[in-house]
Amino acid sequence: MSAPPAVELDSLGYAYPDGHRALDGVTLTVAPGERVAILGPNGSGKTTLVLHLNGVLVPTTGTVRVDGLAVAGDDLPEVRRRVGVVFQDPDDQLFMPTVGQDVAFGPANLGATGADLDRVVADALALVGMAGAADRPPHHLSLGQRRRVALATVLSMDPSVLVFDEPSANLDPFARRELVEIVTALARTTIVVTHDLLYAAELCPRSVILDDGRIVADGPTLELLADAPRLARHRLELPRLARLATEQPGTIARG
Amino acid sequence: MSGHHAHPLLDDVPIASAVQRLDARVKLVCLLGFVFAVVATPAHAVLAFAGYAVLVGGAVALARLPLRVLARRMVIEIPFVTFALALPVIGTGPRTEVAGVSLSVAGLWGAWSILAKATLGVAAAVILGWSTAVADVLIGLDQLRVPRVIVMIAGFMVRYLSVLGGELQRLQVARTSRGDDPRWFWQGKAAAATAGTLFVRSYERGERVQQAMLARGFTGRFPATATSATSATSPATTATRFRRWFPALLWPALAWVIAASALLR
Repeated sequence: MSAPPAVELDSLGYAYPDGHRALDGVTLTVAPGERVAILGPNGSGKTTLVLHLNGVLVPTTGTVRVDGLAVAGDDLPEVRRRVGVVFQDPDDQLFMPTVGQDVAFGPANLGATGADLDRVVADALALVGMAGAADRPPHHLSLGQRRRVALATVLSMDPSVLVFDEPSANLDPFARRELVEIVTALARTTIVVTHDLLYAAELCPRSVILDDGRIVADGPTLELLADAPRLARHRLELPRLARLATEQPGTIARG
Repeated sequence: MSGHHAHPLLDDVPIASAVQRLDARVKLVCLLGFVFAVVATPAHAVLAFAGYAVLVGGAVALARLPLRVLARRMVIEIPFVTFALALPVIGTGPRTEVAGVSLSVAGLWGAWSILAKATLGVAAAVILGWSTAVADVLIGLDQLRVPRVIVMIAGFMVRYLSVLGGELQRLQVARTSRGDDPRWFWQGKAAAATAGTLFVRSYERGERVQQAMLARGFTGRFPATATSATSATSPATTATRFRRWFPALLWPALAWVIAASALLR
């Protein structure tokens, strides 16, 4: 028998207490090691979907499984260790007075102490290029640095699945590229939720389009991005410069 | 959140001094001992308060705390003691004439007691804040076995003060950019709305922070190492422990001698 999928959503539906249906039958399978982008306009249910992957929200209908484990009940603590969510605003994620204490929070919850804990913290910070920042308070760091530290806070729990909610939001071009390099080097199952299509293309070979709580397309990222009319139907579009370059090769070069 | 907002209070690196070198735990215990002595002293023992003032003055000098900084930080006391000023006017009992105004004697003693005790206590706390990094105060509280949830709440406050300050600043800039320029109290409607917005945003941020904590395995109990990780405290022998604690504890001990002499008189 082959290994179970890293992430398996089966007819996932979720309605907020006010009755608004944020997710309406989402079915998606992500293989171990795969990097998949979930593309969608604002309000399409992307962040709601993220909160289901580690059981912060409980589905109204359907199921979520991670490495074959149900995201519910007794398996929930193990699922939360295996799924590392990097939230959009690092200030929500970095809540301890220093970077080191923050990176230690997750593994300490799992029971790590003393030298083991120190080693895990140092390793996680090294993976995101922030070694030596352990004693700094988060508000002294740039946004790019804070997002990398936020990634370290989940890496310290050794997750098998990484989930990013709008990882490129508000980053300068250099910080965007740094994050791409770090994430691709980590080589773990990765789900990136974004409306930044170029960032999705850089990070993920495969993409799905989420609109109005449903998955409306699933395929290789570059193929999805080449279909401008379909993107437009779902309130997505490539930046004008990128479109020019694909539709009329040489336009930009000619100036 | 773009940009990062340094907070002057939180970012001060304590100036090297005899007080700064003390262990944060020692300073916390000294502060608490001193405040208890001051609070226990009857208001009529005016000489005792003079003695406390000398102790505070000595500590200010040892901590190399500039008087200008001390005065600026003492401002925090004002809202708390304003009401003390009303006591002589609204107090009952025998009255006395001060510059032609009839004032209650008991009220005057009450106002003096609140002012003197608050001022001494706040000054001592300012010395602690001046000479100790905020992170060290938190670690010290944890090592003194203060309930972890209280230390964590204090830690959250420290962490989010700068974030909230940044948010407040952006709200104010947005408000003044659209022509709001309140000069008088009754023009402060927009400022009040800002406060409301800030409250709602903070509440929502609290929810998001909790989601982020749940996502990292938080089960409602703070892990033992969460507050002290990466702060290696060297194991202390009895001798070093004695040297660390003894000279500093003389300070609250003197305060207690003064308090005892005032109480026993």
